[in-house]
Amino acid sequence: MTRKKKRLYLLLLCALGLGSATALTLTAFQDNLVFFRSPSDIARDVPGPERAFRLGGLVETGSLARSTEAGRPLARFVVTDGAHQVTVAFGGVLPDLFREGQGVVTLGKLGRDGVFQASEVLARHDETYMPPDVADALRRSGHWNPNQGAAPPASSWNTLQPGRGGG
Amino acid sequence: MIPELGHFTLGLALALALAVAGFGLYGAQRAQPRFMALVPPLAAGLLLAVLASFLCLIASFVMNDTTVSTVVANSHSLKPLLYKISGSWGNHEGSMLLWVLILALCAGAVAIFGRNLPSALQARVLAVLGLVATGFLAFMLATSDPFRRVWPPAVDGNGLNPILQDPGLAFHPPLLYLGYVGFAVTFAFAIAALIEGRVDAAWGRWVRPWALAAWSFLTLGIALGSWWAYYELGWGGYWFWDPVENASLLPWLAGCALLHSAIVVEKREALKTWTVFLALLAFALSLLGTFLVRSGVLNSVHAFASDPGRGIFILALLMLYVGGGFALFAWRAQAMAPTGVFAPVSREGALVLNNLLLCSVAAVVLVGTLYPMFADLVLGQKISVGPPFFNSATLPLAAPLIGAMAVGPFMPWKRARLWPALQKLWWVALLALGALLLCLALEGQRVGPALGFAAAAWLIFGAKAEFAQRIGLFSRPRAAFGRALGLPRAAWGGVLAHAGLGVTILGLAGMGLATDRLALLKPGESAELAGYVYRLDSVADAAGANFAARRATVQVLRQGEPVVTLLPEKRSFPLARMTTSEAAIHTTWLRDLYVVLGEERDGGVVLRIHNNPLAPWIWLGAGLMALGGGLSLSDRRTRVAAPAPKAQAVRA
Repeated sequence: MTRKKKRLYLLLLCALGLGSATALTLTAFQDNLVFFRSPSDIARDVPGPERAFRLGGLVETGSLARSTEAGRPLARFVVTDGAHQVTVAFGGVLPDLFREGQGVVTLGKLGRDGVFQASEVLARHDETYMPPDVADALRRSGHWNPNQGAAPPASSWNTLQPGRGGG
Repeated sequence: MIPELGHFTLGLALALALAVAGFGLYGAQRAQPRFMALVPPLAAGLLLAVLASFLCLIASFVMNDTTVSTVVANSHSLKPLLYKISGSWGNHEGSMLLWVLILALCAGAVAIFGRNLPSALQARVLAVLGLVATGFLAFMLATSDPFRRVWPPAVDGNGLNPILQDPGLAFHPPLLYLGYVGFAVTFAFAIAALIEGRVDAAWGRWVRPWALAAWSFLTLGIALGSWWAYYELGWGGYWFWDPVENASLLPWLAGCALLHSAIVVEKREALKTWTVFLALLAFALSLLGTFLVRSGVLNSVHAFASDPGRGIFILALLMLYVGGGFALFAWRAQAMAPTGVFAPVSREGALVLNNLLLCSVAAVVLVGTLYPMFADLVLGQKISVGPPFFNSATLPLAAPLIGAMAVGPFMPWKRARLWPALQKLWWVALLALGALLLCLALEGQRVGPALGFAAAAWLIFGAKAEFAQRIGLFSRPRAAFGRALGLPRAAWGGVLAHAGLGVTILGLAGMGLATDRLALLKPGESAELAGYVYRLDSVADAAGANFAARRATVQVLRQGEPVVTLLPEKRSFPLARMTTSEAAIHTTWLRDLYVVLGEERDGGVVLRIHNNPLAPWIWLGAGLMALGGGLSLSDRRTRVAAPAPKAQAVRA
């Protein structure tokens, strides 16, 4: 076999590897990208019940209700960005850092009844921390103008009025 | 006084690093032996200066000097001593200092153990390391000085994030950094080779030990991090495809490819350009990992502070080193003509396939890690890429890699035939198929874990078959023992590392069968999972050094017989105003019994119970891989790092 032919084989093999990697990435992206949506996004454009997405916002103070169903703990709470609310149902142990009045990100699907069925609840940070996605959702809902200084304390967010709140 | 001393030695280190870079590059270029002779002592001085600075930082933490802002932000007088020490690198500033210290250690090692290197090569390698150290020292002094004073002194520190107060995590960063920074040395060798325009077998012989050492440390570091996530975070998971985890996986994949292709350079003088490219890539990915974690781009526990100034500085360093390295590569790569030729089906060909697949996996992981950031910046979309993406995109690439891993070592160099190699593996294939069918029969339609068990059997018994072949176990059984003793340690290492990956996959496959349940129990009640009965006896208060805890006593029974008493805890740290869960884990090696204490209500507690089959083997396998790397490293031929007689090279 000549050197040229060998090089051709090698190049073909490389192209095959790269090609399959690209194809795999693209198909996996198509099925598995998870979008972030705020309650306002959901009010504007209701997503179908088949696609999982991340819902983020603040846990409305006083909305958390716990119950037990067949030995399995169930939690229901309301996630808000000030303008709109979504009720979330979660069967499982809420993370240690889950608090009413604080930011939360949940992963799951929106049921036909409008209740978000969460499979995961992420609240991994300390209480002064605001997940960037949630902070962005709050800014978009008109509660906070970043030009007017730091965000107000998280626990007061869901009592603010849209448009009036902020700096 | 001590912090000032630390600050001063840091500045001194910057000056020394600059001197190493300047004298090394100039001396080697102009062939000035006097300048080149200056470089190793200067590198040793750099090591001493950085070490002194690091010791000053540890001293500040141990004495709890509350006039130093890093100490105030991350330490507390009540913290146990181990975490006072580990806390010194459990924050941004300290971890950068650790990074530079390890870089200086590597430079010191090249200066001391590299005496038999050609002096120009040694000078250039040290110069490149000095250049990297210069950048990072300047970064520290400009944006993240670990010794900044605060006035008036704080009453006491704020304490270290409680989930970082753990022995596993105390050693995770140093191991990981040993891996990251080890690739700086292979990078430096690659740059030196590009400047000289010469890559030969001797170069491969010098590069491979560094690649091996870095890769082994990185393996241990990743395994320790994953183990920590498993027992400390209390979700029962071991790998979350978190960007920070991916940031450490990427250099591991590139380093794995590098240490394999360096074999080809060493033995056959082929694949030179490609190996140099991989050496650049491995360090580029290490730097990218540092950038991702340290710049605060990622929102995770690892990003201690997000400060755009720091991010831009590290990004500039990344551009400088990586861009500079690849530009030099583009300019000089033609100079390296390959001499060894080989047929597509041969040991070399198998190693090319290995490299190609490893790089494809790395490319997929890189895209999945960076795409959310890209989408946020460019498209303004908030997207996350989770485990389903990585699983479905990397597993199809990992499958042929694992398939080839057992076959490759049976192929001779230069030219081989596939069929004889496969014939030696028929019983291995049979065993793998048996594992697949057995798992399907026992566990039902669980294709993923079944394939995992098959892959594990294929790798473990494949390694065994290779070993048996090398010592002639079947052809000349009597001499086999003697031959096993005479086998070069590098061969033992390779077999062990391949088997280690098999053991890890065995653990992963077992975890694919993991089950869990939640149970709301009152004292005296019990719940059952996978044949074990978990009875809650009591819940009581317990006190620790710097936390208060609620501790449940859970008696585990199997067929009425007590197995073990588990004590899961929920700790609350008043200082950090944080609560953490301490999972209680009992391992039988066949499975982990894993219990997490949840919230308390209605006079009972919520327990999350996991049954994790074969879980400990994941980290045990990683330990085996690292051990294999270490064994290979202890081989006389790599240790001496001098051109060996021809006969010896051919035998291996």
